[in-house]
Amino acid sequence: MSDQSLEDVAAALLAAAKRNGATAADVVVAEGSSLDVGVRFGEIEKLKQARQKHLGLRVFIDARSAVTSSADFSHAALEKLAADSCALARVIAPDPFAGLPEPAELAQQIPDLDLYDPEVAAVTAERALEWAKEAEQAALDADPRITNSEGAEVSASTDHVLYASSLGFRGDYRNSGMSLSVVPVASENGAMQRDYWYSGQRKLAQLEAPATVGRKAAARALRRLNARQVATGEVPVIFDPETAAGLLRHLAGAVSGSSLYKGTSFLIGKLGQRIAPESVTVIDDGTRVGGLGSKPFDGEGLLTRRTVVVDHGVLTNYLFDAYSARKLQSHSTGNAARSIGSAPGVAPTNFHLAAGTIPPQEIIRSVARGLYVTELIGFGVNAVTGDYSRGAVGQWIEHGELVYPVEEITIAGNLLAMYDAIEVIGSDLDFRHSVVAPTIKIGRMTVAGN
Amino acid sequence: MTAVATPAPARFFLERFGLTERMLEQIVGSAIARRADYADLYFEFSTGQSLSLEDGIVKSANQHVLQGVGVRVVAGDKTGYAYSDEVTIDSLQLATRTAQAIAQESGETRAVAVHEARPAHDLYTLPRMPLDVRVDDKVDLLNRIDIAARRHDPRIKNVIASIGVEQKFVLIVSAEGFVVGDVQPLVRLNVACIAEEAGKRQQGSYGGGGRVDYTFFLDDDRYLRFTRTAADQALRNLHAADAPAGTMTVVVGPGWPGVLLHEAIGHGLEGDFNRKKVSAFSELLGKQVASPLCTVVDDGTIANRRGSLNVDDEGTPTSRTVLIEKGILRGYLQDRLNARLMGMPLTGNGRRESFAHIPMPRMTNTFMLGGDSTADEIIRSVDRGLYAANFGGGQVDITSGKFVFSASEAYLIEGGKITQPVKGATLIGNGPDVLKRISMVGNDLQLDEGVGTCGKDGQSVPVGVGLPTVRIDGLTVGGTQAGS
Repeated sequence: MSDQSLEDVAAALLAAAKRNGATAADVVVAEGSSLDVGVRFGEIEKLKQARQKHLGLRVFIDARSAVTSSADFSHAALEKLAADSCALARVIAPDPFAGLPEPAELAQQIPDLDLYDPEVAAVTAERALEWAKEAEQAALDADPRITNSEGAEVSASTDHVLYASSLGFRGDYRNSGMSLSVVPVASENGAMQRDYWYSGQRKLAQLEAPATVGRKAAARALRRLNARQVATGEVPVIFDPETAAGLLRHLAGAVSGSSLYKGTSFLIGKLGQRIAPESVTVIDDGTRVGGLGSKPFDGEGLLTRRTVVVDHGVLTNYLFDAYSARKLQSHSTGNAARSIGSAPGVAPTNFHLAAGTIPPQEIIRSVARGLYVTELIGFGVNAVTGDYSRGAVGQWIEHGELVYPVEEITIAGNLLAMYDAIEVIGSDLDFRHSVVAPTIKIGRMTVAGN
Repeated sequence: MTAVATPAPARFFLERFGLTERMLEQIVGSAIARRADYADLYFEFSTGQSLSLEDGIVKSANQHVLQGVGVRVVAGDKTGYAYSDEVTIDSLQLATRTAQAIAQESGETRAVAVHEARPAHDLYTLPRMPLDVRVDDKVDLLNRIDIAARRHDPRIKNVIASIGVEQKFVLIVSAEGFVVGDVQPLVRLNVACIAEEAGKRQQGSYGGGGRVDYTFFLDDDRYLRFTRTAADQALRNLHAADAPAGTMTVVVGPGWPGVLLHEAIGHGLEGDFNRKKVSAFSELLGKQVASPLCTVVDDGTIANRRGSLNVDDEGTPTSRTVLIEKGILRGYLQDRLNARLMGMPLTGNGRRESFAHIPMPRMTNTFMLGGDSTADEIIRSVDRGLYAANFGGGQVDITSGKFVFSASEAYLIEGGKITQPVKGATLIGNGPDVLKRISMVGNDLQLDEGVGTCGKDGQSVPVGVGLPTVRIDGLTVGGTQAGS
């Protein structure tokens, strides 16, 4: 389907909405293709390919609104969608805060953030399979204790997104994404452990080499062998970059306008206050060229931007879309996120904790007795209060050394106290994801074990 | 089988997309060429609607239509899959050629004659489809919930409630020669309340539903019970003390706390993990994995349940599978591919999120049968421990066997009595081990109220869980109060 078609569909839908009585409307139209391959013990296990397209229409009838979505682009289906949306909007309550953004706020010049790599579109199933096999083989070859495998997977996807509104905004951009993951299983003394490593990037050339991904996955599985539980107590906890990113995701949720106006954030009323030591600076940047979380304009047509959320420990900015900004008498920060079938919400773009200067090995050496966390499971984070309790896997630290693997433990605390207790920030910031952090040491948490 | 207004799935799809039985036979016949072991087509047409209330008004409404077809070709342990949201003969042929690439050897196109099969069960025929309920009625219900929650207690400052309804038509055409369809309704009501007192804020939530008519929420004022439960949970959490940390005796309440089983053993007993021998339960068939008081089943045949299905998403009738019988591991949950490779019978657990997803073994309704103790006896038997009455969700590492589930409502047990409410904490244990520590099983089995969604490998499916009150001798509680 050509660009013209996406635009035609959007225009037709907006016109149909107007004919059915909509006083304002916006549309997201997207089409894309994806390839997923999986191998296990060197043999192909899964091959999945498809093209897909879908669209979402939001209509306003004065202050009432509704959203509908479908994958049927036929003329008849578009008419029906518009009619159904308007009928639905008419029975919803008027919401004085609802509506499209102010026209003056809309993006005028849409930047090219280099989010699409045509090499990804050209990836064939054969090449994807080769990389998956190479990655898995590297893991299997790493050590005789790698005895099993859940396999390796490679995915390649591209899409084209168009957003248009009755304010006259029309913008589109393309995305690409490639990922490679390996899940080896290690065993010793009759017990098994699995771990994984992955690489996900927009561009083919940026993907970590398959053999490297395989070796890292194997090393991570091996270091979990012969894990034990530890005694309950309060200790310093070091979060590796993967788990530290999780702490940032909770922060991103807590500074989202949509959580703030609902009362479901532990950072309500803390704007302008110190929430962490001076070494802590957290930035949301939707304009990062090639960034995994970047987009040229947000889900309502506003330019994305760079916002300093925490500035040297002080909570300086929340993140807003137009709706939450109105609810809280503020301004949109260009963080509207729009999925096809829903009204916009607030989401971070590229959200990161600024790197410190201490290498991670040195952070570990600085701990006499404590925990180095490498995986967290469970959903025990209370967004309203910040109370935190999750299952953990990691390595125990004694005299600055990683001495043995641990499992079947939890770490608990409260996020407000945890952010305040960030003692050291590592130098190892790597933009492997849209939300990232370096290694972090938190002064004290409760480890529950035996 | 079906009510007057609802068309039979086969006719629905054939009419809507202009396909004939002959065309389907040709497609599935060409899919099975090239020495494939199995092939199927999965047609889906779903519509869904959700309405939400917030700040005292029903301010948002969403509606979606999802339609498409997935073509699957299986050769040995390999799956080729292609899907399209355009259901035309051309897109079917293209998808079939794509999916076929998985089977290397050439073979002859077999003629496949398909005949329509009636589903073995009729678990959720309803007088009307969920989307035929007037939107005004749903709006009205949500408004009543808001009023009731605020009237319940002045400390309730915000109410977020939502109603989700869905109806899914599916048609499965199998190269084994059968066509079976199903019409699957699903409704859900959720209420969350934010309570505020002296500058502190807490949340409580509750909900339920199933493959039932909308009147389910009105029967016995069920929607009011959901509302009061959510509000009371928020209010109680305002005064909850920090939870203890460490290993202790835990009594788990009935109903939704069955998520314990879903995480501790359910995923570990899915056929794909056991065929690959990556599950902590891989070598344990016939062995003792739980105390003799424990019998655990997965049952997709219970009428009107969220986790139930007439047929699974491969067209196999659902069944009641005994997973653990008096402590002995008896069975795994299978889909076609893994059942065949393991030489085990089908159990009707092959599920997929949509036409765009590959089926794999999934749970339906997973629960433990009731025992002989009363809940009172169980509590009284504990000198010092935790009573966990309700939970959020859980997660598991099926290879190491470690699982977690997070309590949303918990109390200390002191001297055989439930005393102080404590904040939610995550409980962690080891799947092949935890059920051996069950020393008492209550006679109060309850299934959950219809809120469960299970995620595996990027696919979400609705599920049910259930549990009687049980006493577990030694589970690690992830609180913040060490040394208590």
